[in-house]
Amino acid sequence: MKVTLKVWRQANAKAKGEFVTYKDVETTPDTSFLETLDILNESLVERGEEPITFDHDCREGICGMCSLYINGHPHGPATKATTCQLYMRRFKDGETITVEPWRSAGFPVIKDLMVDRSAYDKIQQAGGYVSFNCGGAPDANALPISKEKADLAMDAATCIGCGACAAACKNGSAMLFVSAKISQFALLPQGRPEAARRARAMVAKMDELGFGNCTNTRACEAECPKGISITNIARMNREFLKAKFKD
Amino acid sequence: MSTIDSKIPEGPVAEKWTNYKAHQRLVNPANKRKLDIIVVGTGLAGASAASTLAEMGFNVYNFCIQDSPRRAHSIAAQGGINAAKNYQNDGDSVYRLFYDTVKGGDYRAREANVHRLAEVSNNIIDQCVAQGVPFAREYGGLLANRSFGGAQVSRTFYAKGQTGQQLLLGAYSSLNRQINAGKVKSFNRYEMHDVVIVDGRARGIIAKNLVTGKFERFSANAVVIATGGYGNTYFLSTNAMGCNCSAAIAAYRKGAYFANPSYVQIHPTCIPVHGDKQSKLTLMSESLRNDGRIWVPKNIEDAKKLQKGEIKGSDIPEENRDYYLERRYPAFGNLVPRDVASRAAKERCDKGFGVNNTGLAVFLDFSDAIKRLGIDVVRQRYGNLFDMYEEITDVNPGQLAREINGEKYYNPMMIFPAVHYTMGGIWVDYELQTSIPGLFAIGECNFSDHGANRLGASALMQGLADGYFVLPYTIQNYLADQAIWPKIPTDNEEFAKVEKHCVEEQTRLMNIKGKRSVDSIHKELGHIMWEYVGMGRTAEGLKTALEKLKELRKEFETNLFIPGSQEGLNIELDKAIHLRDFIIMGELIATDALHRNESCGGHFRVEYQTEEGEAKRDDENFFYVGCWKYEGDDNTAPSLIKEPLEYEAIKVQTRNYKN
Repeated sequence: MKVTLKVWRQANAKAKGEFVTYKDVETTPDTSFLETLDILNESLVERGEEPITFDHDCREGICGMCSLYINGHPHGPATKATTCQLYMRRFKDGETITVEPWRSAGFPVIKDLMVDRSAYDKIQQAGGYVSFNCGGAPDANALPISKEKADLAMDAATCIGCGACAAACKNGSAMLFVSAKISQFALLPQGRPEAARRARAMVAKMDELGFGNCTNTRACEAECPKGISITNIARMNREFLKAKFKD
Repeated sequence: MSTIDSKIPEGPVAEKWTNYKAHQRLVNPANKRKLDIIVVGTGLAGASAASTLAEMGFNVYNFCIQDSPRRAHSIAAQGGINAAKNYQNDGDSVYRLFYDTVKGGDYRAREANVHRLAEVSNNIIDQCVAQGVPFAREYGGLLANRSFGGAQVSRTFYAKGQTGQQLLLGAYSSLNRQINAGKVKSFNRYEMHDVVIVDGRARGIIAKNLVTGKFERFSANAVVIATGGYGNTYFLSTNAMGCNCSAAIAAYRKGAYFANPSYVQIHPTCIPVHGDKQSKLTLMSESLRNDGRIWVPKNIEDAKKLQKGEIKGSDIPEENRDYYLERRYPAFGNLVPRDVASRAAKERCDKGFGVNNTGLAVFLDFSDAIKRLGIDVVRQRYGNLFDMYEEITDVNPGQLAREINGEKYYNPMMIFPAVHYTMGGIWVDYELQTSIPGLFAIGECNFSDHGANRLGASALMQGLADGYFVLPYTIQNYLADQAIWPKIPTDNEEFAKVEKHCVEEQTRLMNIKGKRSVDSIHKELGHIMWEYVGMGRTAEGLKTALEKLKELRKEFETNLFIPGSQEGLNIELDKAIHLRDFIIMGELIATDALHRNESCGGHFRVEYQTEEGEAKRDDENFFYVGCWKYEGDDNTAPSLIKEPLEYEAIKVQTRNYKN
């Protein structure tokens, strides 16, 4: 099959970017979308041109490194899959596919399709942890945790930090990402002692970094490659309110 | 010949670690604040070491090539992590985990290291639970376990099929706490290009800021590399695209010995190769072998029809299926170690029983498990893996395919072995220190604990053992007297010299201006490696490989083309640096494989096998760690130094998974 790729090219963070159209890229339905970009890149290098820069690493849908807005959707048309898990059988022969970087004030472009997501790390650094030092932990089975709670915490912890939620949100809100971590710890007894402090610190950092507010459009949930539920946002709001009452 | 000191402590194997800790030198809290440690890498080993060293009071500089420490490839580990908790009351113990790991490694690991690993395994689970890692639990609220290859107990802890992710995010959370506290300085999208040695000790690194393209100098009292394995030498592997061995090779070029490079793990359950445009291979977790049964047709006619696409696996009735692992290894069945399972798959495919169009695949079937447990339970256990498989191949293994005489047959998966993990690595002593004082190597990057074959769910255990519980102790023995030495400023001439060399190397590669892309040469490297240095190696084939690699290196040096410039971000230039080192790595693997005239674990030499086709070791001549020393330039063959293995607790015998 052949596809036409309309790709955002931008030399660096300060440069003005533009769409460049690459016609008739040869691929097969069993080839992944990123491998199709590899094919295009290989042909660019053969012509002496610079290849398209994009983030990718594990290509198994777990590291969260790949991003891309494909035909208007973060991670493309497939549901509950990252860009690296997208296969060309999802597209029609001859289709024109538009490829853009994450479009969000929180994620400035570095080059072409690669963006800076360090804001997500900064939010985690503000409080996404349980405060204790290695070496002093009690026996793992000394603290029974109900299967329901553990499973819910696991669902929240599944977040891969890719940034699709903020990129999908018309307000550029990072709440799904932040709430996933706050929920994981709020659900577990290990996280309870600092639940209030954590919610305050992470929400404050999110606001400080310029991410928008949640207006319940649920775009984040619909586009999340890991199916993180917005019930986590409700849980985060409860934790945040509880923290406020304590103030 | 140089001698080698593994610094294994005195005493019985079960007491060595306790004795070591009791007598090692420590660094007092005031001095810890004065000491800087560089940790390169943020996988399980790197992140856990960086956070723990910072918790202790050291100043840590932590580097990763990705945009965030959370993306290191440990995150992709699926199945689980072993520990000797014996929560299932099935007879597990520290000794048994130690024994299984040594046996699984085909008696080529260092006994003392493995025992220490088994000892601290239980602490790891405690640590991770305290961090809030959401391990799978039973309804009673206690932790759940499952079985992995090479063990007859259930000692594997897991978090769905995302155990690596959850453990790494746990270590990342501890790291974040230390970054927030100012004790760890985190450098993302930075790549170490070289290590700086001053007066014979590792005193810093030169790292490239991948966004600006500029080199920067970092000085410290010790350098720890935790940069993973060299599986991507084979081009196609289950490693992430960015995984590379350049930091390890930089250390090797500076004099760190490289141990047992030929011990490469080829994992039996990966999705088969489908075409020449493929960029990587996807692993299907070993946990699937708990309930999945591996088979090929009994009759060659059926295999031929499968290869032509005339029939499907589900068309073949039970009586015409050959469950060859259960047939050959009744005691362990589908749960034999990885090297054994991979070779058995190759053996069947070589004989013509492969089940897809390339003839290079076998079936992994869940029909029995679905009959026994119901589809819901099977989906609960493996649903995410089934979905991943379907996304890639368009076939769902949980879907009913047909009924023959009332028997229900489900779509089997097709799987084939692929390069997955490397047991070999930078040589380290008992303290995880390389042959360069002040330079340490941890996690997959070192060679120490898995011998010639790693058991499933032991990589996560080793990475976290090294980072949380071993290195933070042993590095103090080295650092104890370092606080009195002056800090080395980065305008020191040695730093300037090494940085200049890094810049010149890039200029040299940019100026080749040939015709071939990095990937086209890397693919060729992969073909040579898989063909001649893969699952079945021969002396003749390895000699051919070495000749071909020499030619390939020449091709790389004279015909490489890198577009763009050295200014700013240049992904092709960064890949070219990795490829330069993958080619040297390929030569190291082949050289070691050629010298080791025996079969053991992941290293299988066709000339050395039993009548039944099992690996035949030669303990008389090869009961040692093969350490390779760089001889000054890439064109000179490395020299071999042997570290003899000494076993006192375990009787060395032929591995037996049959009864």
